[in-house]
Amino acid sequence: MNFVVIIFGSALMVLVGGVFSMLYRGIDRKLVAHMQGRVGPPIVQPFRDVQKLMMKESIIPDGAVQWLFKAAPFICLITSALLLLYIPMFGQPALLGGFDGVPGFGDALLVVYLLILPSLALAAGGFASSSPYATVGAQREMVLLMSLEFPLAVSVVSLGWRIGQVTAANPFMFSTIAEHPIWSLVGPLGVIGSLILLFALLVATSGKGAKVPFDMAEAETEIAGGILVEYSGRNLCLFYVADIIKAFAVSALVVALFIPYNLSPLVGVGGPVPSGIVEGLFFLVKVFVVMFVSISLIRTAMARFKISQASWVYIIALTVIGLVGLILVAADLMV
Amino acid sequence: MSLTAFKRALWVYHLNTGSCNGCDIEILAVLTPRYDAERFGIKLVGSPRHADVLLVTGPVVRQMVARTKRIYEQTPDPKLVMAVGNCGIEGDVFHESYSLAGPIDQIIPVDVYVPGCPPRPEAIIHGVAMAWVKLEKSAKQGVA
Repeated sequence: MNFVVIIFGSALMVLVGGVFSMLYRGIDRKLVAHMQGRVGPPIVQPFRDVQKLMMKESIIPDGAVQWLFKAAPFICLITSALLLLYIPMFGQPALLGGFDGVPGFGDALLVVYLLILPSLALAAGGFASSSPYATVGAQREMVLLMSLEFPLAVSVVSLGWRIGQVTAANPFMFSTIAEHPIWSLVGPLGVIGSLILLFALLVATSGKGAKVPFDMAEAETEIAGGILVEYSGRNLCLFYVADIIKAFAVSALVVALFIPYNLSPLVGVGGPVPSGIVEGLFFLVKVFVVMFVSISLIRTAMARFKISQASWVYIIALTVIGLVGLILVAADLMV
Repeated sequence: MSLTAFKRALWVYHLNTGSCNGCDIEILAVLTPRYDAERFGIKLVGSPRHADVLLVTGPVVRQMVARTKRIYEQTPDPKLVMAVGNCGIEGDVFHESYSLAGPIDQIIPVDVYVPGCPPRPEAIIHGVAMAWVKLEKSAKQGVA
């Protein structure tokens, strides 16, 4: 592939993806406020927060491990932005994902691994800031990270396994997943199984978004901001943006895995530009639905778990649910 | 440097220097659906490192002097300090008590005073609006 396309395409994708992620965070805050009977902040509030944080002084505590404390926000933001390049966005194939016979640099499995990196950077920053609150927060982040991996992997791998039964191509490539949507492959039993897998992935999305039932690592009312307690100004801003982009990317991952449908053949729009616009808008609608269900709704309806409870939810409950989904999908193949 | 974004995204850290909790309850009331300070971008944060505004309540007892100064220094610039309640302004019912180190403005510089025992939530929001006016003035004078 042309390197100029990759470099400029990546810059454009990170910029556009970043702007839409921030808008979606604004919409999320507005919707949560409405559900709580409040007016809520304007939709552009995340942009104002970022602008304000950039103006503030960035304090580095004396006891901190300086280089790690400064590097962690950048690593967190870069790895979150990298997610935008590996997941299909706005109805277009993923920039680094490979398409039409062109070998790509990564697939859905790589995205599952990439999702670990922002959390690791957060935890490293927390440990480096030498505050007891940040240490507790970083430990919680690591526990949550390890608990989350299994249900996430179960649902992605079962999906890929089922698609691998009908095609010889790499079943984890997003283009293969888009060609063989899971819902058209399976019978009634498999549909139930896939719904269960979707549910497991949605709950895992909520945990990856680090919002209220699973925000033990930050827990402002309990450990005073946790991981981020010593961060201020520009460094805090980078974490803030990284968190926003990550939530958007994880929702886009759910869309790419379970709702990889295109709208333009259905409404009969031809030509690359009009269909591109229709696909882009349809993608935004799909991501909105996923974000609303997995982040806004859960965040309004629930209170924060204890870390032990959250760990139980993921390691035991959600893994069992995911395995039941896998068994149903597998049973569907036999009958 | 534009202060427009700054004043529309104030993050508040609440510091109790020995208050009776009356003012603190009213501050929480500001965040409830009835008054909803979040519509102005005001958010209560858990760490002074994230804060733009220190909301200080209470008459500053001796034990809190060093801590109050330290929290003021931990807050990144630019920052504002609001003294909420009569106690923080002149001592109120604790006036001239042996255990007090004086009103808040003798410990750290105060930008906005919100009187009342306790002040109503409307008064606290009005205090924040006064802080905006002060920010605008200092922006005009070129001091951020």
